[in-house]
Amino acid sequence: MDDSKRIVIKGQGIVLHGNDIDTDRIIPARYLRTVTFEGLGDHAFEDDRAQLGQQGRVHPFDDAKFRNATVLLVNKNFGCGSSREHAPQALGRWQKGIRAIVGESFAEIFFGNCVSLGVPCVTADAASIEALQKAVTADATVTVTVDLKDKTVSVGALRVPVRIPEGVRQQFLDGRWDTTGELLANRDAIVALAKKLPYLGGF
Amino acid sequence: MGKTLYEKVFDSHTVARLPSGQYQLLMGLHLIHEVTSPQAFSMLEERKLKVMFPERTFATVDHIIPTSSQLRPYQDALAEDMLRALEASVKKHGIRYFAPENGEQGIVHVVGPENGLTQPGMTICCGDSHTATHGAFGAIAFGIGTSQVRDVLATQTLSMDKLKVRRIEVSGRLGPGVTAKDVILYIINRLGVNGGVGFAYEYAGDTIARMSMDERMTVCNMSIEGGARCGYINPDAVTYEYLKGRTYAPKAEAWERALAYWESVKSDADARYDDVVKYRAEDIEPMVTWGITPGQSVAVGGTIPAADAFPADQRESAEEAYKYMALQPGQPIKGQKIDVAFIGSCTNGRRSDFEAVVEVLKAGRYKVAPHVQALVVPGSMQVKRELQARGWDKIFTAAGFQFREAGCSMCLAMNPDKLKGNQLSASSSNRNFKGRQGSPTGRTLLMSPIMVAAAAIAGEVADARQVFGIHS
Ligand code: SF4
Repeated sequence: MDDSKRIVIKGQGIVLHGNDIDTDRIIPARYLRTVTFEGLGDHAFEDDRAQLGQQGRVHPFDDAKFRNATVLLVNKNFGCGSSREHAPQALGRWQKGIRAIVGESFAEIFFGNCVSLGVPCVTADAASIEALQKAVTADATVTVTVDLKDKTVSVGALRVPVRIPEGVRQQFLDGRWDTTGELLANRDAIVALAKKLPYLGGF
Repeated sequence: MGKTLYEKVFDSHTVARLPSGQYQLLMGLHLIHEVTSPQAFSMLEERKLKVMFPERTFATVDHIIPTSSQLRPYQDALAEDMLRALEASVKKHGIRYFAPENGEQGIVHVVGPENGLTQPGMTICCGDSHTATHGAFGAIAFGIGTSQVRDVLATQTLSMDKLKVRRIEVSGRLGPGVTAKDVILYIINRLGVNGGVGFAYEYAGDTIARMSMDERMTVCNMSIEGGARCGYINPDAVTYEYLKGRTYAPKAEAWERALAYWESVKSDADARYDDVVKYRAEDIEPMVTWGITPGQSVAVGGTIPAADAFPADQRESAEEAYKYMALQPGQPIKGQKIDVAFIGSCTNGRRSDFEAVVEVLKAGRYKVAPHVQALVVPGSMQVKRELQARGWDKIFTAAGFQFREAGCSMCLAMNPDKLKGNQLSASSSNRNFKGRQGSPTGRTLLMSPIMVAAAAIAGEVADARQVFGIHS
């Protein structure tokens, strides 16, 4: 299970400014009309990209300099709104695939969905995030290193401490973020508890 | 020191503490629909796993279903594929399916309660962020992603962190024309769209206690818009009265035992809360959102706030909202010309939501303004039948509303009901995100059902109390 460990994630960065970026924007609802997650990557931020395009501006996800990025740098409350896992799935299937996200804060369901997909979301204070975003904007080819062991993110000489709930960090370090097997191991305890809950036996 | 309902239910449903430090929590009820379950069933198949408790899993179809005609096959081939995938999965795994062909279909958060599936003291999950709706019954209910749907199908459990609990007390009398929707929009306005991150919300106080179950569901429904993954209200006589006689509610002696269990899960009088906030019902006015997050709202008589009225970290979002909504700070929200009016969704698509509108429509000869397309979409087929049985569909159509089939419809426009271009919509739904109602440039103003009706008739945002002459 070694390839499921997430200890140090290195890659080029992509900067996406803004608070409260919701999952409707990450992947518009019309792309939820599907029975697989295949092909979602092309539609990540599609409406935001089109709108900026019309104004003659370039969305980071259209910006050639970020094409090889695997680490996404965002601000506050990223991924709020709908619980759709299609959102992190789309990010994971965009170009080379987003493998880690660094931001000021994340919406809870989005954060959990990312864990299930093996994508760590780490947080830092606003000033650190701004510094990281500046560094990557200045040179998109620089390597961003997300180190879950040290709990740091670095870009060149800049190195900032980051937070991630300890339990989740352990799951990533041990490669246990895919939870089904772990949950299933407690099958007997599940069945025993179900017998104890009054409403599951029809009272 | 006493415990909150959240802690009691969390503790009694904990299977184990996982090596990660998270808790493995047993789910008493798992609701599924066509959008977030097909991939989960595929993952299950890949791993050759079975559904562990098919009898605790219930399905329906809501997001993609057309509301003009439910005839199969659907014109949208992608929607047809999704429904077929769901039908195949429920058949294969022996899952009870509330099907359109049996007249049982509806929005998952309307169908669960109306069938008596949703009960106090349960843990409830669904691959849908508005699952907190079920918290109105004193259940711990929350939305999950597709990989977690897979986990619950396979194990009936989830790994979770324990949340903090914030008690939100609302006391006093709501003014005439002020509804449960205004209460929750007000709370979100005050606490912010991420004020609830890390918290479960316990709604309490005499204002909440006086609410019907439909109203309580409206409040709990939008917990997620305030950042809280779940929100609940302690069960009481109103809850039990609602449940009595419903299809899946306990009967006879089982009912008595159920009552004892339900009473036991309530928050203790001396429970400790991580935070307590208090609001006065008298301070709450009919609310309207003006921006692109559910927290960007004003009282109907108010003006759009200037960016510097917000904390620094919210100014950028306000600037973005002015631009997207084509609204200026200082402009009154009243008088904004609307194109579409939508009454429905899991927030406000239940019988009493429509009843409130029928009451005011009945009082006069009101007509939807000629330039407005107005939709009435019942939350479930049962709600639709209840409205028809009372002749309310005719009151709506006589006033110029379209009376549609049940479903999510224009709440997120995955079906054919969509805004066009940058149309402005007065909507009783729960999200005003960019593009939410089906057009990438469409604009949404969230408000209560009677406020939507008032806007439909005036052709612009209006105060329902003035349009309909609502006085105390
Ligand atoms: S009505 Fe809207 S919010 Fe509710 S379940 Fe349907 S799409 Fe989601």
